[in-house]
Amino acid sequence: MSRPEIEVRGLHKSFGDNEVLRGIDLEIGQGEVVCVIGPSGSGKSTLLRCVNLLEEPTKGQVFVGGTEVTDPDVDIDAVRRRIGMVFQQFNLFPHLNVTENLTLPQRRVLGRDKETAARVAAENLARVGLSEKADAYPSSLSGGQQQRVAIARALAMGPEVMLFDEPTSALDPELVGDVLAVMRRLAREGMTMMVVTHEMTFAREVADRVVFMDGGVIVEDGSPDRVIGDPQHERTRHFLSRLLDPAMAEVEEETSDQVGKSEP
Amino acid sequence: MTDTDTALQPKRKGLTRRQKRGLSRGVQYAVFAAAVIAFAVTADWGRLQNQFAQADIAKQMFPDVITLALKNTVLYTLSGFVVGLVLGMVIALMRLSSVGPYRWLAGVYIEIFRGLPALLIFIFVGVAVPLAFPGTEIPGGTYGKVALALGLVSAAYMAETIRAGIQAVPKGQMEAARSLGFSPAKAMVSIIIPQAFRIILPPLTNELVLLFKDSSLVLFLGVTLEERELSKFGRDLASTTANSTPILVAGLCYLLVTIPLSFVVRRMESKAQEAIR
Repeated sequence: MSRPEIEVRGLHKSFGDNEVLRGIDLEIGQGEVVCVIGPSGSGKSTLLRCVNLLEEPTKGQVFVGGTEVTDPDVDIDAVRRRIGMVFQQFNLFPHLNVTENLTLPQRRVLGRDKETAARVAAENLARVGLSEKADAYPSSLSGGQQQRVAIARALAMGPEVMLFDEPTSALDPELVGDVLAVMRRLAREGMTMMVVTHEMTFAREVADRVVFMDGGVIVEDGSPDRVIGDPQHERTRHFLSRLLDPAMAEVEEETSDQVGKSEP
Repeated sequence: MTDTDTALQPKRKGLTRRQKRGLSRGVQYAVFAAAVIAFAVTADWGRLQNQFAQADIAKQMFPDVITLALKNTVLYTLSGFVVGLVLGMVIALMRLSSVGPYRWLAGVYIEIFRGLPALLIFIFVGVAVPLAFPGTEIPGGTYGKVALALGLVSAAYMAETIRAGIQAVPKGQMEAARSLGFSPAKAMVSIIIPQAFRIILPPLTNELVLLFKDSSLVLFLGVTLEERELSKFGRDLASTTANSTPILVAGLCYLLVTIPLSFVVRRMESKAQEAIR
């Protein structure tokens, strides 16, 4: 592994008095797929959003492709062009049709001409299997289709890294598979990916590494077989058991929803 | 079962619910009918017709009432609307700025111009501005003055509308745009503002209707014959003919425009409602 594609050093993030990230160190190599799992409120989405500076870290550094994202003088728009991001709520532009969703950013941000933008858009729509929806408006698409368009929109910018923020959490269960299939293919093609997810099957099967976060720190970091298959920490085991069999969970005094609570 | 039923039901006193409802409705219709009849009987229809509905005087107004007066009203309104829209957009963006003084200035502007009668602003533009800047002319003569006055008035309202529209666009839209590499300004122009305008199209059209009526205040600027709009035109003719028919005709001309516009607004609003559902 040469220099890491994503590097996080001593990252802290607070919202007011609430310290959401308490010292995160993480490296993601080129072509690596890392799934970040953990209970809600554990800071995993915040960590992801710090990587492209949608959240400004309170302390610490983030490097993407060797450029320091957290440098106050960095051209953040230029850095973000290299980082694709997919949101839980898709965030397609509702006033534009599918093709325009893909071409407008290319033209406005990358300055590509009309023909190039249209060609790249068509290629990426084909990549996510939605060529026939090129003229549709987002509101007429299912959640799964919208999310695949959102992935295509990010890919059309030619990113070196892709960030996924719970990409399937807002989807009906039967639509999750299509989105995961697209992501699996992307991983196979060698894209560097950081995925915040609750899809354990996906993490197990596709990820090179799984990171378990709780209470704003990384509790475990290792191969999927180790972290999901044979977790070393009680907190990880607890989280996984609840996730894999929610019906078995007991009523607890403390909820793991809150940051900084220690497990019993 | 029946025993407990009757036991639970309170004894009825007086009217049932249905009877009360019937009575209430009957009273409402009766009051309405009485008001209409009283109006019809007491009004002096002959004199009213004489004063307001003289066919030959009405005829004499055409085609000037359309080709000159209505045309000028529309021109004044549209030019005021454009000035108001541009100025309103600037003020809305200032109001949302991260620079404190911009926000305060925009707030002060909005409070002042929303709080003043439009008439005062017309007088201000017509009298105070030439006094304050001697030798300078507002370009476009009366048209320029009206555009400025109406623009100043409507900008305050439109700024608040536009600001609300921008804030109504979900936060995720800006985040998505920024994550694609849009600068804040580019994201605003290509992603946020187009969506905001969809949201505020009905209230903006309402503003157009208000401006259409406010354009009658041109009356107080002193205009040439060619620059007269509907109200001035109607009033002038009413005084030369000593008859109020021109006022009625001018009024109908206003409605000719405002009623279809209001209809369009209602259509847009119900469509927007459907889109939400």
